[in-house]
Amino acid sequence: MKTAGPAIVETYQQLKREARKKFEALKEKPLVLVGTATCGRAAGALNVLAAFREEISRNQLDAGVREVGCMGHCYAEPMVIIYKPGFPPLCYGPVDEGTAGRLVVDFLINDDPCFEFAIAALEPNDFFPTFSDYPRGIYENKIILANCGLIDPEDIDHYLAHEGYEALAKVLTMDPAAVVAEIKSSKLRGRGGAGFPTGIKWETCRNTSGTPKYVICNADEGDPGAFMDRALLESNPHQVLEGLIIAAYAVGASQGYIYVRAEYPLAVTRVKTALEQARERGLLGESILGSDFSFDIKIFQGSGAFVCGEETALIASIEGSPGIPNHRPPFPATSGLRGKPTVINNVKTLSYVPHIIRKGAEWFRSIGTENSPGTAVFALAGKVNNTGLAEVPMGTTLRQLLYDVGNGIKNDKRFKAVQIGGPSGGCLPESALDIPIDFDSLQQAGAMMGSGGLVVLDEDDCMVEIARFFLDFTQKESCGKCTFCRLGTKQMLDILTEITRGRGRPEDIDLLWELAEDIKAGSLCGLGKTAPNPVLTTIRYFRDEYEAHIQEGRCPALMCKELITYYIVPEKCSKLCNVCIGSCPVEAIYTRPDMLKAIYLDKCVKCNSCMVACPPQYQAVIKISPPIVEDKGDQAHEQTSGNNR
Amino acid sequence: MELQPGELEMIRNEVEAVLQRYGVERENLIPILQEVQNRLGYLPKEAMQQIAENMKIPEIDVYGVGTFYNQFRLNPPGKHQIKVCMGTACHMMGGHIILDSFERRLNIKEGETTPDREFSLERVACVGCCALAPVVVVDEKVESKVSPIRVDGILLTFEIEKQKSGEEKGQEEEGSGQ
Repeated sequence: MKTAGPAIVETYQQLKREARKKFEALKEKPLVLVGTATCGRAAGALNVLAAFREEISRNQLDAGVREVGCMGHCYAEPMVIIYKPGFPPLCYGPVDEGTAGRLVVDFLINDDPCFEFAIAALEPNDFFPTFSDYPRGIYENKIILANCGLIDPEDIDHYLAHEGYEALAKVLTMDPAAVVAEIKSSKLRGRGGAGFPTGIKWETCRNTSGTPKYVICNADEGDPGAFMDRALLESNPHQVLEGLIIAAYAVGASQGYIYVRAEYPLAVTRVKTALEQARERGLLGESILGSDFSFDIKIFQGSGAFVCGEETALIASIEGSPGIPNHRPPFPATSGLRGKPTVINNVKTLSYVPHIIRKGAEWFRSIGTENSPGTAVFALAGKVNNTGLAEVPMGTTLRQLLYDVGNGIKNDKRFKAVQIGGPSGGCLPESALDIPIDFDSLQQAGAMMGSGGLVVLDEDDCMVEIARFFLDFTQKESCGKCTFCRLGTKQMLDILTEITRGRGRPEDIDLLWELAEDIKAGSLCGLGKTAPNPVLTTIRYFRDEYEAHIQEGRCPALMCKELITYYIVPEKCSKLCNVCIGSCPVEAIYTRPDMLKAIYLDKCVKCNSCMVACPPQYQAVIKISPPIVEDKGDQAHEQTSGNNR
Repeated sequence: MELQPGELEMIRNEVEAVLQRYGVERENLIPILQEVQNRLGYLPKEAMQQIAENMKIPEIDVYGVGTFYNQFRLNPPGKHQIKVCMGTACHMMGGHIILDSFERRLNIKEGETTPDREFSLERVACVGCCALAPVVVVDEKVESKVSPIRVDGILLTFEIEKQKSGEEKGQEEEGSGQ
């Protein structure tokens, strides 16, 4: 209904003007933003929030305190941003209750910005560097994470004040086919993992007859090691909603669902609030912004099944059945929920949509690589210094991501591999660090983009063990429909478990390879088809580790419990210190007659506590592989020629 | 599992209250099960029978859904629920050592509840706090960077709290006796 065009835009502009006024007013007095997404909460953000509120009211200050989401710098959680007129906005972290008290007294009352606690300023200034002055800032190009951690996710006006819902107002004056064309020309690919072109999915759904049509936001982020969907829903839920509403308009849907994991209670709460506020402002529900387009969204909570991330399984789950995938085609875009045309997009994919509509397909294509335009959001975890979320253009290399954005490996250890794409992905070694990351190049290297989880492994991580870990995961999460996936992964898991226990047989590696090929060929859905990837890539790149386990009964990374022994080196042990004895949860450490400490091997549960506890000046506790068979005191140490650390 | 006297009636009432709020369409099955579990802490056999009857679907369908999804529990949970995260990051940072520690301290295996129903121990696939691994969710609170010593600390806190409340109870009883 193009006649209503100007009216729609005017209604929106009115909303935005009011929101702007409200948002600007906030910054006229000091404003403290505390990041209270789940990651912040885990690090103690709620205590910090309470401390700020208490200190401010105790000093009777006229200052605002707001909860915000996650900026992505999880290594510095809990994070706090302080706006004070006359000063550049400053970001602090990690902040504890004590620091909070000092910031209130020294900064809010006494004008000392406490630069010693600050990480960066948010705007260029003459006193303190901004995020873009660090290597991380140079590589990062935030599109969908841009407002995360800076706006209150529970206040729609904060989103409106930052061009929020402008794209929605724009599409409502456009022909739906033109919206689809725009997304198609942007070459946006689904960020859920497989990288299917979003525009083609929308077009298929739009061109299929059948009513009503549905759009579903897939927020069933099950990949262990990935948390960007959670962060987006907790930090900027309206961005996802806007994307979903635009998708609905483009394909002609009247009902939408957000399928969220039940493990993300805070995300569910914040999305619920966002939905209510959007309805209040006329951005959702009957005749949106006064147009003749009506659409509403329901939340559906998943119940903890990894396979429900798969489109057809997700649909089965909403329909009230076990989440068992179906054969495709027909694709959900032609026959999905209740047999009707349905578009299912990931949280990240939908988050890009408003930006593409506002700034145009060409702008989006100018970022990233030719066939994978735009940015990619990675969740950095594991043995990397700066863990958290990073948004970089597609085509950035793994090396840049780990060493510049992630600031290198923890404790100056040696890099071993990076596990990318969760259980569907693979482990890439150092030689793969210079490949540019996009959908296609990762596939060539044997891994997968997946949802963007990136776990960094160092020399202390055993590659056989990590392959076993992922197989254990996929085997538990297999829905059981396909025999290859149900029994094949079980068989592979059994073999891998035997190897990590030092009972592997020489022919096991070939057997694993064969099974992997069969599971890939014989499985219906992505879960089974990609389940062997971690095993295949670890065999491909780290075959020597498999061989060490099988042939020498030794774990080179000193990780597999059955293949190591903890040992206290007498020459290094101090007679005066008892720290290890105190740290041992099972009283396996004793004092020898000569006052040196030793471990009862039969009692030791290999919990690593003594190794952590032993003071750095001694470092007397070591791990030995292959393990000492029997405790013979000093001789035992001399007998072992294996590697030790 | 044997139900205690009065428990069956309580279950029936709670389930009835949930069923009243939903239609009988199959699509409501998972939300209904979720809410029943929210209220009761688990899905008793009797509740599943009642739901099946009400929605006019075979009991096996309710049971099938209840057992397919990890979230649903068929046994009552402990007073305190301990969930050890077993995501990749947590695993590589020593999550399995933490699970071992809890198993050893509580003397139960994962998925079980202590005989006094004080603690239940579960593993979760990933709570999405990978940057702070290894992570444990105790009741609703996320504990980050957990070590075996912290495990002892967490359990000791509950122990002390229990003793305190026990003393208070004792005092109250004494007071009322006077």
